[in-house]
Amino acid sequence: MAIALILVLVAVGSVVFHFLSPWWWTPIASNWRYIDETILITFWITGVVFVAIILFMAYCVYRFRHRPDRQAAYEPENKRLEWWLTIATAVGVVAMLAPGLFVWSQFVTVPAEATEVEIVGQQWRWSYRLPGPDGRLGTSDVRNISPDNPLGLNPNDPDGQDDVVVDGEDLHLPVDRPVKVLLRAVDVLHDFYVPEFRAKMDMIPGSVTYFWFTPTRTGTFEVLCAELCGVGHSAMRGRVVIQTQAEYQAWLSGQRSFAQLEPAR
Amino acid sequence: MSGMAPGADQAIPPAETAEVELYHPHSWLTKYVFSQDAKVIGIQYSLTAIAIGMVALVLSWLMRLQLGFPGTFSFIDANTYYQFITMHGMIMVVYLLTALFLGGFGNYLIPLMVGARDMVFPYVNMLSYWIYLLAVLVLVASFFVPGGPTGAGWTLYPPQAILSGTPGQEWGIILMLLSLALFIIGFTMGGLNYAVTVLQARARGMTLMRMPLTVWGIFTATVMALLAFPALFVGAVMMLFDRLLGTSFFMPTLVEMGQQLRYGGGSPILFQHLFWFFGHPEVYIVALPAFGIVSDLISTHARRNIFGYRMMVWAIVIIGALSFVVWAHHMYVSGMHPYFGFFFATTTLIIAIPTAIKVYNWVLTLWRGNIHLTLPMLFALAFIVTFVNGGLTGLFLGNVVVDVPLSDTMFVVAHFHMVMGVAPILVIFGGIYHWYPKITGRMMNEAMGQFHFWVTFLGAYAIFFPMHYLGLLGIPRRYHELGEMSFVPASAHDLNAFISIVALVVGFAQLVFLFNLAWSLRHGRLAGGNPWNATTLEWQTPETPPGHGNWGKELPVVYRWAYDYSVPGAEQDYLPQNHPGPARGTAGTAA
Repeated sequence: MAIALILVLVAVGSVVFHFLSPWWWTPIASNWRYIDETILITFWITGVVFVAIILFMAYCVYRFRHRPDRQAAYEPENKRLEWWLTIATAVGVVAMLAPGLFVWSQFVTVPAEATEVEIVGQQWRWSYRLPGPDGRLGTSDVRNISPDNPLGLNPNDPDGQDDVVVDGEDLHLPVDRPVKVLLRAVDVLHDFYVPEFRAKMDMIPGSVTYFWFTPTRTGTFEVLCAELCGVGHSAMRGRVVIQTQAEYQAWLSGQRSFAQLEPAR
Repeated sequence: MSGMAPGADQAIPPAETAEVELYHPHSWLTKYVFSQDAKVIGIQYSLTAIAIGMVALVLSWLMRLQLGFPGTFSFIDANTYYQFITMHGMIMVVYLLTALFLGGFGNYLIPLMVGARDMVFPYVNMLSYWIYLLAVLVLVASFFVPGGPTGAGWTLYPPQAILSGTPGQEWGIILMLLSLALFIIGFTMGGLNYAVTVLQARARGMTLMRMPLTVWGIFTATVMALLAFPALFVGAVMMLFDRLLGTSFFMPTLVEMGQQLRYGGGSPILFQHLFWFFGHPEVYIVALPAFGIVSDLISTHARRNIFGYRMMVWAIVIIGALSFVVWAHHMYVSGMHPYFGFFFATTTLIIAIPTAIKVYNWVLTLWRGNIHLTLPMLFALAFIVTFVNGGLTGLFLGNVVVDVPLSDTMFVVAHFHMVMGVAPILVIFGGIYHWYPKITGRMMNEAMGQFHFWVTFLGAYAIFFPMHYLGLLGIPRRYHELGEMSFVPASAHDLNAFISIVALVVGFAQLVFLFNLAWSLRHGRLAGGNPWNATTLEWQTPETPPGHGNWGKELPVVYRWAYDYSVPGAEQDYLPQNHPGPARGTAGTAA
């Protein structure tokens, strides 16, 4: 009979652990509150199902344990019951999927006013590029990469001359402005991941991937690489500094453009 | 052939073909080593898989030592850590779980459960095992080559898998890819056997809808594996070419450590599609045999027919089919076109419905049963707990937008260990405790089994349940050390240490299990032919362990489905499938 008791303890203990655990998501710093809410909906639905199934199982193990005079019921099928359970499950699935897809459609729809910022990953560090006064990023290609041109900007593209290249320093972004981050990798897969922003996306050499978000509070946040990128993976760290518009402008004016960066020209 | 027994229904056709002559071994070598008997091959597969599984177990200890107590052990650095996780993952998924369920259980059980004398292609079946063994040896060899085994992660994503920033770039990755290719060749030989045997060699009266769910699970998984593994094969061959011949299937133009490489034009994401086109069905290739076996364990030890048999069969088939259209849910944040997310999230959550039906039917089989808390039953119950837990967290990760914050974190690690690590392995243990008496003629020791059960079940739950919360916090997976992370509280490091200690204890309990396997061979209680009073054919063999050809002079004839337990009015609480008696309980023939 120990097993019935243990099953109850596993169900109850898991719920208690969930509510008392000191390990929970970081305070959010982006607009993706909807993602957190979808997770909460999912926790509730799955939590209820988990507890119900385990407790029912514990009840069965206790109530229908072997006794010499007991005979099990003979009932190969019960169409009604099976259909009701199927329908109830489908309803639960829809209750999770519908909000999920709704939020996903927001996630993949970049607002027109979002500023483009480029993030480049390579073993094992982060670099960034911001559009200059023209508001446009110039083209780039890894074939152009050299010690003087770490991000491989196209030296003949006029759009790229005023681009701000941030290499080996923190990325700064203004608060409450939507950002579309364009993600590039130089060598292998990487993944730009800031836990507080909730969003993340792989970066693929040879492609440009993206996601968007709006930082909602100022502060300094840790950047981690979330896609195994070789032996230095766990050391590939960076920082994002979210600032007020004024602070951000002050920082930006201290940065050098691509044209200033290249001593050869 | 024996004549038609009185009372048999018309589902039993006359034998259409004469029996094929079996290959009879002439020497010790052909009987026990180069054997063509599926039972021997099944045991060879199982022992080899368990042996390589022990390597994976030790690797998991080493990685947990590093995660729980970073920097304490000088022999674990970033290189070796990534090699440990890579080899652990690949061994467990492919060389242990796939090989043990299909090569081990499949070989031993399919001919016995469908009433055949052996697999239909015994020689190819033998080759299958030896090629599998070769694949294992090639894999093990990678520990001893310069640079060691690959540390690319079990997913082997290019470009890093074949570039110098990843350990094992010299030889390890080559041997890994070769070994996978060999494994797939060997598996294909075995897999054709399992599928054709189920389709062509069933005993008279064994209609498809009378087959035990174990056979349904293994059969469906085999068909899936025959369709899914070629994608991995292609991926492995292409990556070998990229690595050895300088082709660029998966390699775009790239600069490595400031150096322009001569690759160009390939697509890293193409590999991911190939890998997961195999990789997701692979989850169910492991899960479906477990579903089937656990159904039979629950039914037998609860003395009750499996609830909703036909629904269970269809659920297995539907899950198998759907699992081929969900693969990119492993790639929500891979950078593929974001609109794929709508499709793959929908298919993925739909698969939850047939899966949930299976869970309900297991639990409803317990309901109004006569539950014997034997070791196989305990493991089956523990399977349901861990599978439900791991399945439900799959609803987080399958729902594309929820996956975005959780992917590549410890939440994923906890999820897949619970659902396709712990849960199927609990079924393997349950299955071994269940069939050991048939294989050896002796029962396994109960006290050691109880110890093994409680430590394994509760320990594994204590390892993986809290781990989800580390992922929720944001701790990424595949980090050889967390180092300074401002958002990680000190208590999370304590939790990591706790998990590591429990992992060591659970690992130790497996040694008790291995000891029990060996000890019971001589000292176990004699079992007799059918110690669990089970209905399925393997328990009705004239000899235990079953002899060469399984059935003595005459093949069995099947009169009923596999679940005639506690039939009202019957003189005993089970009617074997070859029992010709009153034709109650023919529900299985209705379809």
